[in-house]
Amino acid sequence: MTDQLRGDVVLRVNGEDRVVNLDNRSTLLDALREHLRLTGTKKGCDHGQCGACTVLVDGERANSCLLLAVAAEGREVTTVEGLADGDELHPLQRAFIAHDGFQCGYCTPGQLCSAVGMLAEVADGVPSWVTADLTTTPDLDDDEIRERMSGNLCRCGAYAGILAAIREVADG
Amino acid sequence: MRAFRYARATDPGGAAALVAGEPDAVYLGGGTNLVDLMKLGVLRPGLVVDVSRLPYDRIEHLPDGGVLIGGAARGGRIMRDEALRRRYPAVTRALLSGASAQIRTQATVAGNLLQRTRCPYFQNTATPCNKRDPGSGCSAIPGAHRDLGVIGTSEHCVATHPSDLAVALAAYDAVVEVRRPDGAEVLVPIADLHRLPGDTPWIETVLEPGDLVTGVQLPPPPSGAVATYRKVRDRWSFAFATVSVAAVWSADEVALALGGVAPKPWRLTATERMLAGTDPTDDEVRAASRAAFTDARPLPDNAFKIELAADLVAAVLRDLRSTGAGR
Repeated sequence: MTDQLRGDVVLRVNGEDRVVNLDNRSTLLDALREHLRLTGTKKGCDHGQCGACTVLVDGERANSCLLLAVAAEGREVTTVEGLADGDELHPLQRAFIAHDGFQCGYCTPGQLCSAVGMLAEVADGVPSWVTADLTTTPDLDDDEIRERMSGNLCRCGAYAGILAAIREVADG
Repeated sequence: MRAFRYARATDPGGAAALVAGEPDAVYLGGGTNLVDLMKLGVLRPGLVVDVSRLPYDRIEHLPDGGVLIGGAARGGRIMRDEALRRRYPAVTRALLSGASAQIRTQATVAGNLLQRTRCPYFQNTATPCNKRDPGSGCSAIPGAHRDLGVIGTSEHCVATHPSDLAVALAAYDAVVEVRRPDGAEVLVPIADLHRLPGDTPWIETVLEPGDLVTGVQLPPPPSGAVATYRKVRDRWSFAFATVSVAAVWSADEVALALGGVAPKPWRLTATERMLAGTDPTDDEVRAASRAAFTDARPLPDNAFKIELAADLVAAVLRDLRSTGAGR
């Protein structure tokens, strides 16, 4: 394997194994968009600074622009296309619509995947930089949501709607 | 990006042999810094050896009260360890202060310690940089150095080490476990891991080719200690430190380490000696902090960091001692 600059990679995306022949330089983001035609995941800065490319990897949110696709082999990747249950939108997707959690929509797939990962972190007791007590279950107030979502930029500034949407789902 | 070969390591010996055998081979952990630098053309490896699947992702609480965090442990995993959060609040807060959640979940401990400076000239291949291109000169000293180092720097390089985690580990006297290519295990105190630039700023650590960081040992926190990490930055979230401090305070000893001021986590040993066992006023803490900067070489636009550090240490120690929490 080490004398090859490219090769077949088995990516497990939204519950399906997909075989793609990739240059080792391909990021997971480019593999998803250009090879698997899963264009829901967006390329923003391509340097891990904007969060538009956020997907879930083994259940954790990750910038797919900073992951080499070949290194993601064997890991469980979930993209925005994998959030809905058939025609039934994910609760966060419904809430983003209800609260105008977007304007142009370019950052939205990343916001959604990030929010899914974020709520799972909270359920597991993961604190944030603004959590006062590191040893108790975090109380997900607005400051907590803002801090935990700081890796997802929205150039339209739809943050108020994004916050309200996540707040609604977090509160059940 | 230069084309490269990729190998997923299945055993540490094989990984080390691959990396030690090629001058342009690198280890890959989470890739959050490495892949970015490869895109920028700053790093151009011919072989990438993925060590993220090696069995070094454990978090083990030891009978003596210490903890061992594997080099391949990712932040997402570490933050789920309740005992670590409870026992090492400065480590926890440092980790939570760094980068964004997306980066924290993927980044490994070893990669965090070995990440490269965010000096803008290091990351820009169109500008001279002694660290990236030895002998080409330092663009930062006459240029934009406001975010860069004030102590431990040299006339050849003023880059800072960007890690928050490393600063907290330094305050707890952590020890880095290193596996040599011949299989020998060596322990490197975190204070000795990073080298100062001197006239060889491209040599950043004491590690040799093929050395693999397999873990970090945290000794038990001092009895009765309170600890925290506080970070001053231009933006409230997702920004590197302008100045940060990790503080571990107990009745008769204090440990203080700074981030954002030096090429490595900077222990304030002189300050610690002056403050240990005392009940200092804010002004006494400030004076003791300034004493640690006797050998500083600040530049016009970053000299403010020394006074900022003194204020920060005073504020953190005041809060730690009054409430036990210095957030």
